[in-house]
Amino acid sequence: MEIKKGIAVSPGVVIRPAVVLDAEEYHIPERHISPDRVDDELKRLEKALSQSTQELNELRSTTAKQLGNETAAIFDFHLALLKDKNLINKMRQLIETKHVVAEFAVASVLREYAKQFLKMPEYLAGRVKDVYDIERRILHRLIGQTHQRLIDLDEEVVVLAHDLTPSQTANFDRRHVLGLATDAGGRTSHTAIIARALGIPAVVGLKDASISTNPGDTVIIDGNRGIVIINPDEETVEEYQHYLQKRVEFEHTLDQIRDLPAITADGHEINLLGNIEFPEEAQTVLEKGGKGIGLYRTEFLYLGTETEPTEEDHYRAYCKVLEIMGDLPVCIRTLDLGADKYTQSRSPVPERNPFLGLRSIRFCLQHLDLFRTQLRAILRASMKGNVSLLFPLITNLTELRQAKMIVRDTMEDLEEEGYEVRTDVPIGMMVEVPSAALQCNQFAQEVDFFSIGTNDLIQYTMAVDRTNERVSPLFSAANPSVLRLIKEVIRAGQRYDVDVALCGEMGSEPEYVLLLLGMGLRTLSVAPPAIPEVKKTIRSITIEHARKVARQVATFESDKEIIRYLRDQISQVLPELY
Amino acid sequence: MCVKLSTREIEVTIPNKHGLHARPATRFVQLASKYESNIEVIKDNIVVDGKSVTSMLTLNATKGTSLKIRATGPDADEAVKELAALVESGFGENDQKDG
Repeated sequence: MEIKKGIAVSPGVVIRPAVVLDAEEYHIPERHISPDRVDDELKRLEKALSQSTQELNELRSTTAKQLGNETAAIFDFHLALLKDKNLINKMRQLIETKHVVAEFAVASVLREYAKQFLKMPEYLAGRVKDVYDIERRILHRLIGQTHQRLIDLDEEVVVLAHDLTPSQTANFDRRHVLGLATDAGGRTSHTAIIARALGIPAVVGLKDASISTNPGDTVIIDGNRGIVIINPDEETVEEYQHYLQKRVEFEHTLDQIRDLPAITADGHEINLLGNIEFPEEAQTVLEKGGKGIGLYRTEFLYLGTETEPTEEDHYRAYCKVLEIMGDLPVCIRTLDLGADKYTQSRSPVPERNPFLGLRSIRFCLQHLDLFRTQLRAILRASMKGNVSLLFPLITNLTELRQAKMIVRDTMEDLEEEGYEVRTDVPIGMMVEVPSAALQCNQFAQEVDFFSIGTNDLIQYTMAVDRTNERVSPLFSAANPSVLRLIKEVIRAGQRYDVDVALCGEMGSEPEYVLLLLGMGLRTLSVAPPAIPEVKKTIRSITIEHARKVARQVATFESDKEIIRYLRDQISQVLPELY
Repeated sequence: MCVKLSTREIEVTIPNKHGLHARPATRFVQLASKYESNIEVIKDNIVVDGKSVTSMLTLNATKGTSLKIRATGPDADEAVKELAALVESGFGENDQKDG
């Protein structure tokens, strides 16, 4: 039994066998398989080698066509390495005698060989990069196989990985993946967001848990306490099973407030909405008692498939959500990609700093065809329900005006083509960079609503990569400068009568709900599984108390002081949560 | 029926400037792999598999190194002839470009 401590990012507990997804760009750990799986592992290796050979043959022939045979000959050396009996036998031997996974066999044989290479004369030592290239190619295939398995599972599992990307999780078999645990990441990493969206337990920032786990090991992911237990003993399993039973009972009590309104104890009504990524989650929002969709992230339309989504793909997804939601509001955010494979593979050279690069609305404004395709679908769907349109990552007025102009153009195009279109679709913007927050008085005069995206707002205000575990403690919603920006936006909304919503993870934590209501916020959009708890929080507090808390918080100097104070205040109102 | 297993051996000298580096070794292995015969390459008393590029590279054969090519099998005769020709042609490389 091995216990690993991390950051709890999505509540719940699960006990299942593990599937371990390695990262190609990281060190491949020495993982073991049970002896009866040796044959399967040898088959995996063989398949990865033959797939790599096929891929290289194709690459060689296209290169030969485009650049000539001489250039294509580079790949002959790679192909010769893939066929090399000497190397392959060593890999097979490692699997057969040491029972290691194929990934480790490939990595260790090729790394060893690369070392020998480096000792050779200079003109040969340079070829070491070819050896690394081949290693990456085979590993890509092997890891791809594991990833492929996760798309169509025949048993319930938990996934352990160094980190998970949106394109990896987009295809997960969601009925069978019941928990996530990653070595990297913080509270707002992609893993955290997806886990909360799916309502499955997750722990991140575990440092080396995926390295210590062998495929098939029994793993407990405790998303409440932020721990992962690898190969738990019988006593621990029993303890957790007992807990799971009690948890079901607690959730039952939350279910009882499902149909009650989100009204504070002193009678102020709060707009409590859900964030979704997949159309079918709209149903969960309703089941959990949400009164609309405050944020429909549309990136998954782009990440789940190899090809770009068509207008009809978009339209179908949006109609599905609208059909489920009826008259309730649905806020659709346009493509918010960046710093991922999708945009990077469309970039002539990899961006050195993608978080500050061509992403989100910037990407759309430079890829107008793609942007128009999505806008057409949203505008067409607007006839079917209560749709509003949200632009991500607006940093200056010009971007907002450009985006709005393209919406108007698209409306005209659609009308000319004979489509019926609503011309009064509310248009809003995300406030998620300091420049937008600082200029919110100007923006407020040109939009119908604001949506504060606290995840990015914190990242860009604090200059901290939230997925980098070495700096993630700096990422704090309670930082006084972050709170001041949020306050400015809420004020601008009140001044110009523009609705202000908050859709970041911050809004699902009870202590921040107390603070935000005190700061004047009246619309919260959170992950569907968090709705009952947030509603319970809202119903337990008074605006009078919340205002007092907000005033007190404004006098503090550090996030630590603020968090301590907020937890103290909320635990007085909601003792059962702590 | 009995397959005739003959062994042929031939000695060659590496003519190109950079010796038996990755590209020439690859060409050699590609050609060697076309024959059914077992192909061995010998430098001093090191014997390696002529169909394995990683083994060939461990020979560290520089310009002027003399190597023995030994083939055992039904097409041994043709194999050593063709392989020797490849080596002597400088592996089809142009040394000027190869700098």
